[in-house]
Amino acid sequence: MNKYSYTEKKDTRSGFGAGLSELGEKNPNVVALCADLTGSLKMDAFAKKHPERFFQVGIAEANMMGIAAGLTIGGYIPFTGTFANFSTGRVYDQIRQSIAYSNKNVKICASHAGLTLGEDGATHQILEDIGLMKMLPGMTVINPCDYNQTKAATIAIAEHNGPVYLRFGRPSVPIFTPADQKFEIGKAITFTEGTDVTIFATGHLVWTALEAESILRDKGISVEVINIHTIKPIDKEAILKSVRKTKCVVSCEEHNMFGGLGESIAHVLANEFPAPMEFVAVKDTFGESGTPSDLMKKYGLDTPDIVKAVEKVIGRK
Amino acid sequence: MPTIPELNKICSQVRRDIVRMTSAVNSGHPGGSMGCTEFFVAMYFEIMKLNPSAFTMDGKNEDLFFLSNGHISPVWYSVLAHRGFFPVNELNTFRKLNTRLQGHPTTAEHLPGVRVASGSLGQGLSVALGAALAKKLNKDSNFVYTLHGDGEMNEGQIWEAAMYAAAHKVDNIISSIDVNGLQIDGTTDEVLSLGDLKAKWLAFGWDVLESNGNDIENVIATLKQAQKHTGKGKPVMILMKTIMGKGVDFMENHHKWHGTAPNADELAKALGQLEETLGDYK
Repeated sequence: MNKYSYTEKKDTRSGFGAGLSELGEKNPNVVALCADLTGSLKMDAFAKKHPERFFQVGIAEANMMGIAAGLTIGGYIPFTGTFANFSTGRVYDQIRQSIAYSNKNVKICASHAGLTLGEDGATHQILEDIGLMKMLPGMTVINPCDYNQTKAATIAIAEHNGPVYLRFGRPSVPIFTPADQKFEIGKAITFTEGTDVTIFATGHLVWTALEAESILRDKGISVEVINIHTIKPIDKEAILKSVRKTKCVVSCEEHNMFGGLGESIAHVLANEFPAPMEFVAVKDTFGESGTPSDLMKKYGLDTPDIVKAVEKVIGRK
Repeated sequence: MPTIPELNKICSQVRRDIVRMTSAVNSGHPGGSMGCTEFFVAMYFEIMKLNPSAFTMDGKNEDLFFLSNGHISPVWYSVLAHRGFFPVNELNTFRKLNTRLQGHPTTAEHLPGVRVASGSLGQGLSVALGAALAKKLNKDSNFVYTLHGDGEMNEGQIWEAAMYAAAHKVDNIISSIDVNGLQIDGTTDEVLSLGDLKAKWLAFGWDVLESNGNDIENVIATLKQAQKHTGKGKPVMILMKTIMGKGVDFMENHHKWHGTAPNADELAKALGQLEETLGDYK
């Protein structure tokens, strides 16, 4: 049985909306911008309560990133909202020059990331965004796992001075982290302690990893499940501490196997403690239309895929 | 307040700086810099409310300037230095390793006067709009100014920003376009015709003024007129006609000088046409 349980499912984007709304109440410097996706990003509450601090920019994401950079000049903390694809790939140079290189305190908030966007298909299912963003010097990259963690992360990044990429999604997923859990940027969270293998998971794949842990436990395999919500800066200490004990690793993410969490972990391990590793990630391909659960199965991001990866990596020890 | 002859003397020195700075590192963009010299001198010595000795990123209660066509950094650096933002002799470090005077302006080296990186074209108007919106939120009645190249009008983001500014009545911004009719590959007509630029900005809902960018009296008068056009629900644009390479006969009006530095002989000839008025940087 899964060591974690839930009573409710909700989309992580609603966690963002709730966090932003709370920030609107308590921090007068927080402003928000949206590129014609206010409902999809759950920014309506903020927009309604603080119209003077909400900027509807229309379908013009490049302009939105520039305006956000400019709003920091004068002391504001802008949160931009659009889909992950339009938050990154479409505006990479604007983010690179006007935000990252210029070290502007902009929070780039991105919904509908990954395959679980579902039926809209590959044009909207970005699987490269974590890689794009983590390559920018000074950029913090966060991919929370459920409603509560997304809400807490949204609130936490307002306190961090510097550009942040916050990635979340569309589907309803279990709420299994405590509502009062403080979000610490860059600090991994251990969900289960184990000795045979470490699973590092981020975003929607954390719940899937916990389901896999339960199956593996029944098979007599002791699994340490660690949630890496902050991909950059990565919690090197937590990674090394766990892998020194378990001696093998599986990474799980709803992202291309290139450029994502797995690659960041491999970088840490290659430098300090090489260990066998398997990557549960999209195998360098684009997505397609389908239901989120069908897509996760087809692209190898489901519970059995994690179980298989664990069994394989233990065999490589 | 400096007189017109005094301002023109500053212009002459700034042009000397531009050709010396670019020639010294055999790179950089002298042509547009020389064409916009009167604009920068007018802005920093006459028009803008500034605090050069205590530069802050937020620039509250002062005017802000954003250079969107960052490649004409030599003119900006020279004017910032002569206005007291940093030592004039620092111009000697332009484009050299460990300099604050990067090829294109940046905040990364904390050079006083620069509030955002520019160089990749088309981004400065959006950033300036954000700063103008912040001024409105802060109930700060000072202005936000920008400068763009006419070649830069090729970039789509400019028109996204143009639409936004008019739709949301960002009427505390005064933008200028350096209309020299030239870009890297040739004339603006040859590369990608702008058509009727004035009609375009009018159609996008801006208040549009025109100036002769190489006549400093006219530049100042137009900028002052533009200030009177603010606060009326429309962003303000000045189409500023200039001559690329202005001030040195063999550099004038040829796109070659967009991004080519004068060699030693050319430098000597150029300096012969530009009076040293404030003392060359060491």
